[in-house]
Amino acid sequence: MQLSVNGQSRDLELDNRTTLLDALREHLGLIGSKKGCDHGQCGACTVLLDGRRTNACLVLAVTCAGREVATIEGLAGPDGLHPVQQAFVEHDGFQCGYCTPGQIMSAVGMLEEFERGWPSAVTGEVQPAGLTAPEIRERMSGNLCRCGAYVGILAALTDVASRS
Amino acid sequence: MTAITTRAVGSSPTRIEGTAKVTGAARYSTEQDHLGDVAYLWPVPATIAKGRVEAVDSDAVAGLPGVLAVLTPDNAPRLETPDDAELAVLQDHEVSYRGQFVAAVVATSLETAREAAASLHITYAEVPHDSELTENHPKLSKPEKVNPAFPTDTEDGDVDAALAAAAVTVDATYRTPPVHNNPMEPHASLAVWLGHELTLYDSLQGAFAAQQALAKLFALPPASVHVINEHVGGGFGSKGTVRLGAVLAAMAAREVGRPVKVVLGRQHMFTVVGYRTPTIQRVRLGADADGQLTAIEHAAIEQTSTVLEFAEQTTVATRIMYAAGSRRTSHRLAALDVPTPRWMRAPGECPGMFALESAMDELAVATGVDPVEIRIRNEPDVEPESGKPFSSRNLVACLREGAERFGWAARDPRPGVRRDGRWLVGTGVAASTYPSYVGPSTASAAAEPGGGFVVRISAADIGTGARTVLTQIAADALRVRVEEVRVEIGDSSFGQAALAGGSMGTASWGWAVTRAGERLRAALDEHGGDGRLEVHVDTAEEVKARTGFAYHAFGAQYAEARVDLDTGEVRVPRLLGVFGVGRIVNPRTARSQLIGGMTMGLSMALHEEGVLDPAFGDYVNHDFAGYHVAAAADVADIDAVWVDEQDEHVNPLGVKGIGEIGIVGTAAAVANAVFHATGVRVRDLPIRLDKLLGGLPG
Ligand code: FES
Ligand code: FES
Repeated sequence: MQLSVNGQSRDLELDNRTTLLDALREHLGLIGSKKGCDHGQCGACTVLLDGRRTNACLVLAVTCAGREVATIEGLAGPDGLHPVQQAFVEHDGFQCGYCTPGQIMSAVGMLEEFERGWPSAVTGEVQPAGLTAPEIRERMSGNLCRCGAYVGILAALTDVASRS
Repeated sequence: MTAITTRAVGSSPTRIEGTAKVTGAARYSTEQDHLGDVAYLWPVPATIAKGRVEAVDSDAVAGLPGVLAVLTPDNAPRLETPDDAELAVLQDHEVSYRGQFVAAVVATSLETAREAAASLHITYAEVPHDSELTENHPKLSKPEKVNPAFPTDTEDGDVDAALAAAAVTVDATYRTPPVHNNPMEPHASLAVWLGHELTLYDSLQGAFAAQQALAKLFALPPASVHVINEHVGGGFGSKGTVRLGAVLAAMAAREVGRPVKVVLGRQHMFTVVGYRTPTIQRVRLGADADGQLTAIEHAAIEQTSTVLEFAEQTTVATRIMYAAGSRRTSHRLAALDVPTPRWMRAPGECPGMFALESAMDELAVATGVDPVEIRIRNEPDVEPESGKPFSSRNLVACLREGAERFGWAARDPRPGVRRDGRWLVGTGVAASTYPSYVGPSTASAAAEPGGGFVVRISAADIGTGARTVLTQIAADALRVRVEEVRVEIGDSSFGQAALAGGSMGTASWGWAVTRAGERLRAALDEHGGDGRLEVHVDTAEEVKARTGFAYHAFGAQYAEARVDLDTGEVRVPRLLGVFGVGRIVNPRTARSQLIGGMTMGLSMALHEEGVLDPAFGDYVNHDFAGYHVAAAADVADIDAVWVDEQDEHVNPLGVKGIGEIGIVGTAAAVANAVFHATGVRVRDLPIRLDKLLGGLPG
């Protein structure tokens, strides 16, 4: 099959049981997406699938033909780190770093969702007023961090949100 | 010891591997891409809690396309007897707990290995099991020592007489549930054999110790085993020593003649890699009417498995915390048919201080003395049991600083009287402590031909910032800028070094790196830089000479709790930790580490509980859906600060470990705040709404 990852088309021969996450990690050598649970419960494997944040461990790779997969490896541009990546470094939004690619991809997807005006469970009005701390915490709660870097992650994303 | 002058130490560079980690380039354990065809191993957990494996019917799966080997107790290669009995994987037919690995399948793909493992038919001879820890369990006995080598029981003065004569007493039993480490990176091992040489890429907290253990198991000279752990995705004690995945990987790789990856599934992480033992702790305090302690008794009951004895040092903090006329501490242990509990972040101090610091709050309530003041009143001049002076102790300064920052002075002590809409509001305080251990380590330093310096030490960065702080320390010792120093870690070939455990990394490695840097600088000053100088140091002698003081870090944690009047839901909008932890090498990473510990402490207070099903002898909620760890929405305003603390006795850098102290005391601070909010004292963690609902004011 063909899988389009970070704008590049890749030819692959895959077991039909192979998840998108295992296809990336074990077949394409893209180890940036992490496996924390393999059950859709931790967010370490978050990628953008056609622009939407998705747990790659819950998607079979064969269903991804013709779709666009964006992983952490494709996020930094030729001019350096993506603002979210940069903010994670500056605000120490990680410790061991294992949840980090998932956190960052999730944050990129989350910022986009917010731009489109999507409400979250803590949004009082139909339209969120702003990307407040409760909004960010709620929207990022699908990504567990056992090191407990949430305080740094919030600071990083607040910083990014205030700049854009 | 003379204090060293610093320039880089105390500054806050961002993490050296930061860019690699945020771009996905950092390779953790098994994520190696240069090894060609790799095979995958999937383990088979026992479905009984006690008994024997009678037969493994491998025939049906051995023929599946892609299956390379089925390892069973009958055919697995024999190993030398390990010091750690959990490593004797597939060496006999005994089943000692449900979930213990009894077979494994190796295949060319992960999917095939998993499917074959799931369809492997195993017959067992099952016998009745006993998995439930109770206060009067007939198997309770006195272990010879508690982890790692503390006396099991201690007694000082006449506790019974002091309790009988006390104006005020507290007598309460506290319970903490099994709690599971769950680093986000599961234990992962990739083994490669080249002739009789083994290379293991692993997620462990100490490459050197793993090298020694594996060499022994496989009857190899240590030099034939090479362990690499360049990036580690958290451990919290569960990766402290080599675990059975590494053994399986090495065993299987030799069997099938190609590299083998073993990455545990999240479900396996609840059984085979260790967890925090449940505890039942009785604390009795006696005091005069002013809250001055006359007696402290702390008796802990805990469990271990029948595979090996792990006796957690639950009451040791009580031996050093407060002055009291008399004191008694003890540990009793039941060896049950359960997975083996082992180290989890601040083993001993963490659950023990939940009990002691809750009891201190109960004493404050009983005497009417302010909870901050009662701790200050019982501050000892010397370490109570040993009589040794503290190398430094700033508990009182931390309590005062925290009270000031948190706004404690205006606190009304009455419980259950503050409302903010539908929320009951309260505040609580608890003390923190953790020993300042140090272990001998070796390191090397060399001037590089092209300029700059390289320092090598078998340290591990499990998220602590070790690579970064060691670079700062090395730069100061060499008297150069951090940009000129490259620190290499995560490789057993760099020689013996302390584990990334016991909060002793920075103290131990930093000591060796300091000496290596100093010696190289002296050699360069003497000989001039010819570009080929290399020095090696070993701190064993110096570390052994560190005596005469009691070495501990202290802190105070303040929590605000809000409890929903109708549902009993608990929120913690504010958590502040103030610590006296010696010199801070890197404020940026130090703050993260302390906050990370407090976050895990908050998670312990409100969420975490391994639920044992006594019928099956297993933890039933063994995934992140059933076992909740604090998520972003659970964590509000958590901050950590420190008081200025100069300690010239603890080690040459004056640093104390900060990896564990953050989780010590958090749960008590939260429970004390919940009591202040509601008037309900929760003595068994986690503090869930069902424990509050019956007692909330109407
Ligand atoms: S690995 Fe996909 S959600 Fe955990
Ligand atoms: S940084 Fe370690 S799990 Fe998030």
